[in-house]
Amino acid sequence: MFNQMALIAFYTILRKEIYRILVIWPQTLLPSAVTMCLYFVIFGNLIGSRIGEMEGYPYITYILPGLVMMAVITNAYGNVVSSFFSAKFQHYIEEMLTAPVPHNVILLGYVIGGVVRGLLVGLIVIFISLFFTHLHLHSLLVTAAVFVLTSSLFAIAGFINAIYARNFDDISIIPTFVLTPLTYLGGVFYSIDMLPSFWQWVSLINPILYMINAFRFGILGVSDISIWLAFSLIIIFNLAFYSYALYLLKQGTGLRS
Amino acid sequence: MSALVIRDLWKTYRNGVTALKGIDLEVQPGDFFALLGPNGAGKSTTIGVVSALVRKTKGQISIFGHDTETAPEKARAKLGLVAQEFNFNQFEPVIHIVMNQAGYYGVPRNIARERAEYYLKALGLWEKRNHVSRSLSGGMKRRLMIARALAHEPDLLILDEPTAGVDIELRRSMWQFLRDLNARGKTIILTTHYLEEAENLCRNIAIIDQGQIIENTNMKSLLSQLNLETFIFDTRAELPATLQLNSPYQWRPLDSHSFEVDVEKSVNLNELFSQLSAQQVEVVSMRNRANRLEELFVNLLTENKKKAETDHV
Repeated sequence: MFNQMALIAFYTILRKEIYRILVIWPQTLLPSAVTMCLYFVIFGNLIGSRIGEMEGYPYITYILPGLVMMAVITNAYGNVVSSFFSAKFQHYIEEMLTAPVPHNVILLGYVIGGVVRGLLVGLIVIFISLFFTHLHLHSLLVTAAVFVLTSSLFAIAGFINAIYARNFDDISIIPTFVLTPLTYLGGVFYSIDMLPSFWQWVSLINPILYMINAFRFGILGVSDISIWLAFSLIIIFNLAFYSYALYLLKQGTGLRS
Repeated sequence: MSALVIRDLWKTYRNGVTALKGIDLEVQPGDFFALLGPNGAGKSTTIGVVSALVRKTKGQISIFGHDTETAPEKARAKLGLVAQEFNFNQFEPVIHIVMNQAGYYGVPRNIARERAEYYLKALGLWEKRNHVSRSLSGGMKRRLMIARALAHEPDLLILDEPTAGVDIELRRSMWQFLRDLNARGKTIILTTHYLEEAENLCRNIAIIDQGQIIENTNMKSLLSQLNLETFIFDTRAELPATLQLNSPYQWRPLDSHSFEVDVEKSVNLNELFSQLSAQQVEVVSMRNRANRLEELFVNLLTENKKKAETDHV
């Protein structure tokens, strides 16, 4: 009986999240489309034409996977952190806390909501890229798997951020001061082979590097690092973050006094 | 099986404040129960713990036989909560708020829609169903909270000051709605600062003060404890400066054309009227001064405060 109840509750949360994404599309879907258009025009066409090829591909084609990942990461994270924090801030999270909704269902509902936004924005960016370059697809399976696993990882991270957040500043600190630098330094615009060996080693500490390279492998078939290592790390991070988020939810951290 | 059983409930917050000090409470199915107390007495904390929004420090709670610790899903499924503060998404349409709430309780979408329609119509909100909730007036928001709490058809409905800030006409229509719900078998627990509301609606009552239940009885027997009533008299002419009322009547002038008199229940009013007639005071109207429950409430709190001070000494 509770399984069916949980399924309906999950469907309700997911439906609410998707409705939110679609209703406020100028805030959720449009910004990345505009930003990525600028990246394609400036870095891809104007500057990229002078850079030439990288790893055997035109520069604009080389940076495409990184730009898609950047949009996916930012949007999956941003969706959950803002949606869950709003629920906390306006206290309507109490609707779920007083109901018999299992913690797993609450977490999954929000995370998959974040994944949906990540995927929608990713697809929009890929669609825009078609106006600037030819899309290669080396492996659909790898591309789709990295797409989903990366957006779920950052959706979970956004959930954890929202649980700890006490005000709106707290939900913008991590994206601004952690996510953006890590993404830019994660090999979106360059191959780490171009860096001195010390900075190559430093780059390997950056988890986003593995996601961008795995995604690049899926699309172009080239990567700075082992695809299996990348997948292993992404899965381990997913499991660790999910378990921690679930633990916080069960403890009622930031939710129950 | 009781609708709600609370045993030895304690709550100490992280800042060290102990809000609940061993609450014991039992509410029977079908009851209309008032939980009263001054601000900060522990009413909302009690409701918070029962509805799983506040973690208890110690104690046991069961809702229709389901322990909130060992069978939380079953216990929560029986409970509907109308919180004190507006706690819905201000940017969501009214009908979505009600339907989503039903969904969290596992109610299928088609049934959730039927229930939303029923309760929104019953509470006069159907015309506003597609409006975002922040566009509603304060009274409408209160009614939306009630509609949402009923979307999963709970057996026990807890309302934490549901009529706060609501005008008298709307308040009375909400009372009638709650009476009808109760008549259909729903158990209702109400906290309110309008003691007239508790007196009108509730059959049983508990008064909480400083985290403890200081009175738990039925409304009739509580009101019967009151052995003093105060009447207000309005006179046709100005009160004579020489007006005097002899024992057992204690009186005080209110203004030039009215005065109030304390009368013990055992004393009749005939002698009072004789004394007034003898002094050529013509009474044109008479009414009971205070809400009776209010007087008792104040007395009980005062006694409890004195007791606490004595214990402290």
